[in-house]
Amino acid sequence: MATGTATVPTSGAPAQQRVATTEPWLVRGMLTVTALGFLGLFLLMPLVGVFAQALAKGWGVYLQSFRDPDALAAIRLTLFTAAVAVPMSTAFGLAAAWAIGKFQFRGKNVLITLIDLPFTVSPVVAGLVFVLIFGRNGWLGPWLQAHGIQIIYAVPGIVLVTLFVTFPFVARELIPLMQAQGTEEEEAARVLGASGWHTFWRVTLPNVKWALLYGVILCNARAMGEFGAVSVVSGHIRGNTNTMPLQVEILYNDYNFVAAFSIASLLAVLALVTLVLKSVFEWKVARQLALAERIEDAEESLS
Amino acid sequence: MRSGKTPLGCSLWIGIGLAGMAMGLAGCGGGGNADGQRIEILNVSYDPTRELYKQFNEAFAQHWKDSTGTEVSIRMSHGGAGKQARAVIDGLEADVMTLALAYDIDAIHEKTDLIPQDWQKRLPHNSCPYTSTIVFLVRKGNPKGIHDWDDLVKGDVSVITPNPKTSGGARWNYLAAWGYVLQQELGDLAVLDDPQKAEAVAKAQEKARRFVTELYRHVPVLDSGARGSTMTFVKNGMGDVLLAWENEAFLAVNELGPDQFEIVVPSVSILAEPPVTVVDKMVDKHGTREVAEAYLKYLYSERGQALAAKNYYRPVAPSKVPEEDMQRFPDVQRFSVDDVFGGWQKAQQMHFNDGGVFDEIYKP
Repeated sequence: MATGTATVPTSGAPAQQRVATTEPWLVRGMLTVTALGFLGLFLLMPLVGVFAQALAKGWGVYLQSFRDPDALAAIRLTLFTAAVAVPMSTAFGLAAAWAIGKFQFRGKNVLITLIDLPFTVSPVVAGLVFVLIFGRNGWLGPWLQAHGIQIIYAVPGIVLVTLFVTFPFVARELIPLMQAQGTEEEEAARVLGASGWHTFWRVTLPNVKWALLYGVILCNARAMGEFGAVSVVSGHIRGNTNTMPLQVEILYNDYNFVAAFSIASLLAVLALVTLVLKSVFEWKVARQLALAERIEDAEESLS
Repeated sequence: MRSGKTPLGCSLWIGIGLAGMAMGLAGCGGGGNADGQRIEILNVSYDPTRELYKQFNEAFAQHWKDSTGTEVSIRMSHGGAGKQARAVIDGLEADVMTLALAYDIDAIHEKTDLIPQDWQKRLPHNSCPYTSTIVFLVRKGNPKGIHDWDDLVKGDVSVITPNPKTSGGARWNYLAAWGYVLQQELGDLAVLDDPQKAEAVAKAQEKARRFVTELYRHVPVLDSGARGSTMTFVKNGMGDVLLAWENEAFLAVNELGPDQFEIVVPSVSILAEPPVTVVDKMVDKHGTREVAEAYLKYLYSERGQALAAKNYYRPVAPSKVPEEDMQRFPDVQRFSVDDVFGGWQKAQQMHFNDGGVFDEIYKP
């Protein structure tokens, strides 16, 4: 609270807030307790459970879990998949958001709807679609086989489905911001003689950088955590096509509970780091969005 | 507004760098079948064989190195047998398959040209290096008093078994229950082929159908593979009895303590025969035929049979196994799918294919 009031220069806001909540303390208290109880039950307890199980037999056994070659292969594959899928999703998201936010064209709404498709399709269906396309009996199956290319049940398939499920994240973050910011600054840059590429790097990109990073973080979280779609195209070859989430399931079913929860704890740590970064970027994005809207309002009231 | 190019440019470059690094890593780790001194083969297997093949693969790798000087590493993929067969049909490049039942390998022959029709004739005992059967796993003290198949449908008994559509073990469970009723009704299963007893047989079949229908009314959840069901029963605490592979039941008792579970052997059960085969098109493509064939033959060797027995699979050549390892297998009368159902093709078509008996009787 103290830092909040210190950095927000608009005076009088805290006083208004105090007046705005007029419910009796009992209602407020009950609501708070309910919310906290839910949080503890559904978020904190499972998280603690993961670490408790992982450390059930001590640190030695816990660390041993990460020395297993199959576990290392799973971690490597997960990082590789994210390292390929995230930059590609980012590039696509930027291009799509730029096109939608800065230009008027026919079929724009269709494009927006299409971008949302991976959000609405069940991951299992997404995986099966890729089997239908690239599987031995799929549309491209015979051609791929004739050329000795393996997509499904190999690393390319895993990267492809991950790309599919992470496609919308960056675009979804950027579109509202770019639409709110409008095209005035770009126009100004062009009038002052900047080239298109120059304008993009010096004006457009810096304006959306926090939203972009926020989208990248979300995209990365999903890329590392995806289970359903990857499971369909993985083939579950140990030490070869298992990502971390798949490895967790396998170890659990192997009666190897400590190792399963050790890998799960690593995923949880990654998620926590993501969460912290996300909050930071979210805050920055909110500020940027508010700023863009304020400028827009100011312009409107001027005209 | 105009500042801040640096952090963004930085993170972009870091991202690109990471991607490059990861690609390099993957490039190093990838593939490399039959190049030089290191061979890799992929064994696509069913769910409960995880522990067996972990030990067997080590033994075989050692054996292969001793006899040929070549290093071989065997990769494993486990899952419900039906699901695994589907994956091979869709392009999973298995060198050998070790599945729960012959039909799933037949399906691969039918839908692809990966293996010849007579695949099952290529190794002894119909290409089954070990057999098994279906037993019951109950909670300690057997609180629901389950001793035979009839007890499964009594009162509020809750039964855990996987989905016959995706799991081989589940199909053995189903057929074992069905065969038990026929045995009870007819006394002697040889009667099934006697044309003069056709009426009695038809009546017994009807009764079996009613019994199995009732049995699945006692099943709260169908997992996709045998190991999933075992976990549902032992770890999640669901159900009063688990219909399980004998090896799976023994493993659960050993892993999680005899103070928690007991094995109940029914009066009659099924002779479960999990077959193995090389996948011809794949071993020829990978250049791994020699090692893949040796791998499967080694299952029939003294070492392979002993490891099977150690992991509670019944070896087909008990003479190769130490006497004390054989004593762990309880005596149980077992009927075969061929005798009671006329082979797996018929059993699959009648009971488990779309529109078959299972679809008619199972209404979740």
